[in-house]
Amino acid sequence: MDIPYTVAPRPDTGLYNAKVGIWLFLASEVMLFGALFSSYILLRVGAPEGYWPHGWLNVPVGTANTLVLITSSITTVMAWASCKMNQFGRFKFFHACTILLALTFVCIKSYEYHDKFTHYEIVLKDGRIADGHIVENNPKADHVVIAGHYVTDKKELYDLSGLSAFHKHAELSIPREQIADMERYGPWHNTYLAIYFTLTGLHALHVIGGAIVISFLWFTGRKMWESDPERFTNRVEVSGLFWHFVDLVWIFLFPVLYLI
Amino acid sequence: MDAVTHPEEFRHHVRRYLFVFYALLFGTLITVGASYIPFGNHEINIAVALFIASGKAFLVAGYFMHLISERKMIYGLLAFTVFFFAGLMALTVYAFGDFPRSTIMH
Repeated sequence: MDIPYTVAPRPDTGLYNAKVGIWLFLASEVMLFGALFSSYILLRVGAPEGYWPHGWLNVPVGTANTLVLITSSITTVMAWASCKMNQFGRFKFFHACTILLALTFVCIKSYEYHDKFTHYEIVLKDGRIADGHIVENNPKADHVVIAGHYVTDKKELYDLSGLSAFHKHAELSIPREQIADMERYGPWHNTYLAIYFTLTGLHALHVIGGAIVISFLWFTGRKMWESDPERFTNRVEVSGLFWHFVDLVWIFLFPVLYLI
Repeated sequence: MDAVTHPEEFRHHVRRYLFVFYALLFGTLITVGASYIPFGNHEINIAVALFIASGKAFLVAGYFMHLISERKMIYGLLAFTVFFFAGLMALTVYAFGDFPRSTIMH
């Protein structure tokens, strides 16, 4: 039995079924991300004065990722437009670009995550705090080496917006017996990093999911294009709607997490 | 979006997509630039960043997702989404003042 209304619009909705389906799904996605944005607002407003981080993320890297995602949006819409103009070769080209841009986005995000997971806050027994990226942390060695700086008040670590993204720190060799506590900048470190990893992690999963669907259409599309081009074009449109939504979420995530 | 069957008419759409793309790139650079301008009050920086982001979101939703010329069915569905999203944000704002007694404010 054929699936009804894959190409022809359903009389009561005026749309093919998959389009109604994707918009219903996107409506639920708005509420999912909306709930997380709501959590972000409450955590930020509830943070004590001076204890909400600023300048913890690399703005040039975040900007580059934003440009990558915007470019992937135009290649996605151009892939669909190519199908509409009966140019399958151009569709293949534009969606190959989309897949490569999606991989680029995930690679850049992984680099940012790695940067956070190698960043440590080390509380010393004399009350000072050493903060920076790990250079050497051999459990058998009696010293831990980080590229960072010392502060006496934890509050000094929260506003780094004055520091350049390319600022180089000095190497600090810290004897292990002086260390009272040592923690990575993972999601457990504070509420800012918890919501940062939750929001960007969920978004990255959407990027990966969208890239898998687009790759499926790219690798297996020719057969359907030759037998039923309109249905294939509708599939490209539906996957594109999801991809644009992923871009749309990032448009808000970028300023909220990186800039303000 | 209505199916466009004439390739020449579609080329007009492609030009529009490219224009939106350039506007989004420009909007991103403006967002980053504006974040470094000291407006005197951090809340103004937040408002400016969200205003530009809303403009970019309008371009993506309106033109790339074709919401500017979509069927009534989709608008009806999104009206529900906007209603519930606005309700969620209203509850969030309402929660600002909802602290238990003896909460220590820093």
